[in-house]
Amino acid sequence: MPLLDAKNVTKRFGGLTAVDDLTFSIEEGAIVSIIGPNGAGKTTFFNCITGFYQIDEGDIIFDGRSAKGRAPDQIAHMGISRTYQNIRLFSAMSALENILVGMEPRLHSSWLGAVFRLPGTVHEEENALAEARELLNFVGLGGKGDILARNLPYGDQRRLEIARALASKPKLLLLDEPTAGMNPRETAETTHFIKMLRDELGITILLIEHDMRVVMGISEDITVLDYGQKIAKGDPAQIQSNPRVIEAYLGRGAAASATIQVSS
Amino acid sequence: MMAQLDVRNTIRMGLLAGVVAVSLSMIGMVEAFDQRDVITDVFSLGQLLLFTAPAIVGYMVVQRGKVKAYGPALFGGLIAGVFAALPIFALLILTLIFPNIRAQLVNVSPTLIGILAFGNGQVVGGLLMTAVMGILGLLGAAIYVIPDRIGNPLILGLGWTLLVGVLSEVLLNILRPLLPRAVLRFLFGTKGITFATAVILLILITTGIVWWQEKGREQAKARREAMSSGQQKTRRQVSLGMGLILLFVLPLILGTYLTEVVDNVGLYILMGLGLNIVVGFAGLLDLGYVAFFAIGAYTVGVLTSQGGLGVGHLSFWVALPIAVATSTMAGMLLGVPVLRMRGDYLAIVTLGFGEIIRVLATSDLLKPVIGGAQGVLQIPKPEIFGFTVIQPQHFYYVILAGVFLAIFLSSRLRDARLGRQWMALREDEDVAEAMGIHLVKTKLLAFGIGAAFSGLAGAIFAARLSSIFPHSFNLLISINVLSLIIVGGMGSLPGVVVGALVLVGLPELLREFAEYRLLLYGALLIAMMVTKPEGLWPSPVRRRELRAAEEETAPQIEQVG
Amino acid sequence: MAQRFKDVDWIGLFLWLFRAAIIVLVLWGTVAKIFFGAGNAYSASDWIDFFVSGLSQGSLYALIALGYTLVYGVLFMINFAHGEFFMSGTMTATVFIALPLSASGFLDRNPIIGMLIILVVAMSISVGVALLTERIAYRPLRRAPRLVPLITAIGASFFWQYFFRGLYGSSLIPFPELQALQGKFSFWGVDILKTRAVVIVSSVIMLIGLYFFVMRTKTGKAIRAVAEDKDVAALMGIDVDRTIAITFATGAAMAGAAGILYGLVFRQVHFFMGFVPGIKAFTAAVLGGIGSIPGAALGGLFLGVIEAVGPPLFLEGLGIPGGHQLKDVIAFTMLVLVLIFRPQGIIGERLAEKKA
Repeated sequence: MPLLDAKNVTKRFGGLTAVDDLTFSIEEGAIVSIIGPNGAGKTTFFNCITGFYQIDEGDIIFDGRSAKGRAPDQIAHMGISRTYQNIRLFSAMSALENILVGMEPRLHSSWLGAVFRLPGTVHEEENALAEARELLNFVGLGGKGDILARNLPYGDQRRLEIARALASKPKLLLLDEPTAGMNPRETAETTHFIKMLRDELGITILLIEHDMRVVMGISEDITVLDYGQKIAKGDPAQIQSNPRVIEAYLGRGAAASATIQVSS
Repeated sequence: MMAQLDVRNTIRMGLLAGVVAVSLSMIGMVEAFDQRDVITDVFSLGQLLLFTAPAIVGYMVVQRGKVKAYGPALFGGLIAGVFAALPIFALLILTLIFPNIRAQLVNVSPTLIGILAFGNGQVVGGLLMTAVMGILGLLGAAIYVIPDRIGNPLILGLGWTLLVGVLSEVLLNILRPLLPRAVLRFLFGTKGITFATAVILLILITTGIVWWQEKGREQAKARREAMSSGQQKTRRQVSLGMGLILLFVLPLILGTYLTEVVDNVGLYILMGLGLNIVVGFAGLLDLGYVAFFAIGAYTVGVLTSQGGLGVGHLSFWVALPIAVATSTMAGMLLGVPVLRMRGDYLAIVTLGFGEIIRVLATSDLLKPVIGGAQGVLQIPKPEIFGFTVIQPQHFYYVILAGVFLAIFLSSRLRDARLGRQWMALREDEDVAEAMGIHLVKTKLLAFGIGAAFSGLAGAIFAARLSSIFPHSFNLLISINVLSLIIVGGMGSLPGVVVGALVLVGLPELLREFAEYRLLLYGALLIAMMVTKPEGLWPSPVRRRELRAAEEETAPQIEQVG
Repeated sequence: MAQRFKDVDWIGLFLWLFRAAIIVLVLWGTVAKIFFGAGNAYSASDWIDFFVSGLSQGSLYALIALGYTLVYGVLFMINFAHGEFFMSGTMTATVFIALPLSASGFLDRNPIIGMLIILVVAMSISVGVALLTERIAYRPLRRAPRLVPLITAIGASFFWQYFFRGLYGSSLIPFPELQALQGKFSFWGVDILKTRAVVIVSSVIMLIGLYFFVMRTKTGKAIRAVAEDKDVAALMGIDVDRTIAITFATGAAMAGAAGILYGLVFRQVHFFMGFVPGIKAFTAAVLGGIGSIPGAALGGLFLGVIEAVGPPLFLEGLGIPGGHQLKDVIAFTMLVLVLIFRPQGIIGERLAEKKA
């Protein structure tokens, strides 16, 4: 049974159909990419999965349960977490606090416990803090825990956002253009890092990416969207030679003579 | 590169300062503040207000042009000062041409003209004013030109001396029982400090600061470093303890009137702490916050009143928790409809709620219950162990307990999971929700707890005044509270205290302020947001983070070793 | 998890009950009034009177609401100080122009020229105050979080209120009465106070004029372009800062004119006069769908009529004593209801599309 199974998902805004009858699934432990030209509905699809948008038609089954109609916080509790295309950290909070917020689905103490410093609450907070620091070290931000998120350099912000998403120990991690704005070296590092997340932590990963080197390098399966519809699906080799994909990216004229260049 | 004096800009800024000065005169501030002498028989607070403009603009023009040479700088200051006097001159001439201008501008009175013209005729007075302002502009520029080492202490010294002068009445009240009359007569004149005091203060403070800069800071630092961490801790505890003792004996020092002022500040601190949770922590701009203050006050009023409207005739201490609970419920209930609203819409709707509650309280509809415009009367004073809380000094302790409780709760919650949830909500509501934060619960807790503090303040307010009227619960209270937390620093607990002291305490000490209080609040809100949005006392980097940083670096060192 | 679902439903249920309760109350009151004659008895001409006074009040709201709508359309900010633009021009023109002109008899001899002078002065002062406010309190904060300019707007509002209180005093200042506007017009047997008719007609003319200004002129197009997308507009060679300032000025001019009409109707001006009409005009702008000019106009008229007709109709029908005291409650309740249930306004769709 796939970990995530989206069946005939449709999302409309007024007259515009942003996601059109999309059927899509991810097996547990896979790294899967969604690609497509700007405005193809990739991020909208992410928003549908995470409950930010309510889908108009179809159903999304995650881990055997329907995620349809659930609020974003409930989806987070089910084990899906995400990052954003334009980094959305809690900018006036410290790096450590950002991660602690990411840990929310796993925290249970009540505010009354905090007022009276009940042992359970204190214990949970201490553990959370220790774990958050570990996570910071894991993503290479050790020692930067008390820096405000907005004061971190760009690359660190990207990593912090991933760390925040990891803090909930998700089963499925949605990465929205994780290498956007990075130079080739940073991109290579991030690609490696994503692979490591799957290999070492066993997290299933779904990413939206524009950088073909990243996509072709780590995805086991690629889905191509255009105007909200799935126009192709397959492994990197199949996608690179698919004429419809080339057409969507380069336009009709170029499709006849070109293949997607993957230079390293 | 030699800095150049921009003459056009100098003239423009001088005129701008003059427009500010003339506006302050025309709205009556100068005249109202003229009642209070800063330095007896030398100059009044009104004149201080008037003359600050040319001095500051003199400083600013040379600072902006970074003019460090004496000649051009002093010339620039002079020009700016002279041009700052022009609008005032114009006003004086205007009064000469239209002697009846007071029919339009109510505050352009003969007294004001007298102040502006130094008691002379308009033309002579205007020339005098031009000369004085020119000199002040020159002096302002001079302070910039002399070396910073002396210039900055001088500015601070002037500031503190003037502050002491402005607050001389309060100081006199406190010092009167402590010092012999002859000393007092030397220090204080009839309406301010004496000239001698001012000179001594200025010299003492300035040289003190110069000494501190040159030597004292190093010495203190060396002494601190020589101490062990244990000693440092004891020292902190000792100063904390002394602070607490001071807080407890404060009413004994201050006397009835000043304690009443402090009580008022305390109630505002209490409300500020509540609104700080809603606005500062959770980022929900609530403009109808006074509603919960009103609900707390009316609950206590109706439940304890001995008058016709009294229900139950409960004791204050029984009614108090009921009032707090009612306010909390109201806070959450009014929070429900606005759960899905953001930012500015939320502000307007809460403002609407506040107004609805005020109009309802005044209307005939609820008159049988809460007395309409006549209010609730004969609210008894609280009794505790047979002792009745009557005096402001007694209420001080009730309010102090409330403030301590609120600070305790606020700081515990801020450092806990709920505090993080609130802050995440404030930073980015969508992301907070995507991270698994339950928005409804988190927001309602903020509204509820915030309203509880306000309800507590309202309950004490009702008992303190013995009678409550709907007009005490108008929008201005909400604006006051909002202003004080913004000026203090949103989300900062000491900021609330500082904000309340500055925005509520100071105007009560200077009664002339009363009429211009909201004008100043308005100007302050704008000035703070434009220049210093984090507030006077921004929320400190939380201690937990500092601790975390220490612990993070420690193991690394071990690994190296 | 099932439990979590429930509390979301609770909120929905609460809101639904809240809405239903208000609708039931209004209907109940109306039915009780019309069919069972609860409260005072009013004649048909009384009702027409309520309605027309509502229309004239509403057209004032409409004029003020334009300022909110224009600024919101361009900056997505509630210009809380807009009521003060309305007040400042009106008070200044009353004190310096209207009262002296009236005292010298000029106003009664040349009512049209006199009123035009008063209008122009009021509008210019309002525009000046608006430009100053925009320059000092809003422009430096254009990229700040959205709450920040709202806070400075609140600050500006109180600053101007107490500034003008200082200038002109805290007492009520009478607005001169025009002889030409005393008495009533009679249309088809319906008597309408002349002032009200003048207010309604001149408001409608100004509303139409403004609509054409925004839709047809080059400046109007620049305003709309900036409203769509500031960055793109700047790329197209539009001076964004200037256009925003013009937007403020336009709204303030309308507010200044509304202030003089207010003076004609209520015959007094006061430093606090901008506050309540300001909030109500904002309500009107929201009712009509903030960002839309026709919406602001219709919203204003609608609010004015509901406020005038509501108390005698459904509040008296419900047996609520002193219904007229609750006029403001009706407006604020409408505001709350609209913002909760239909933030895009009753007729507007613009904002809803923008948010998507």
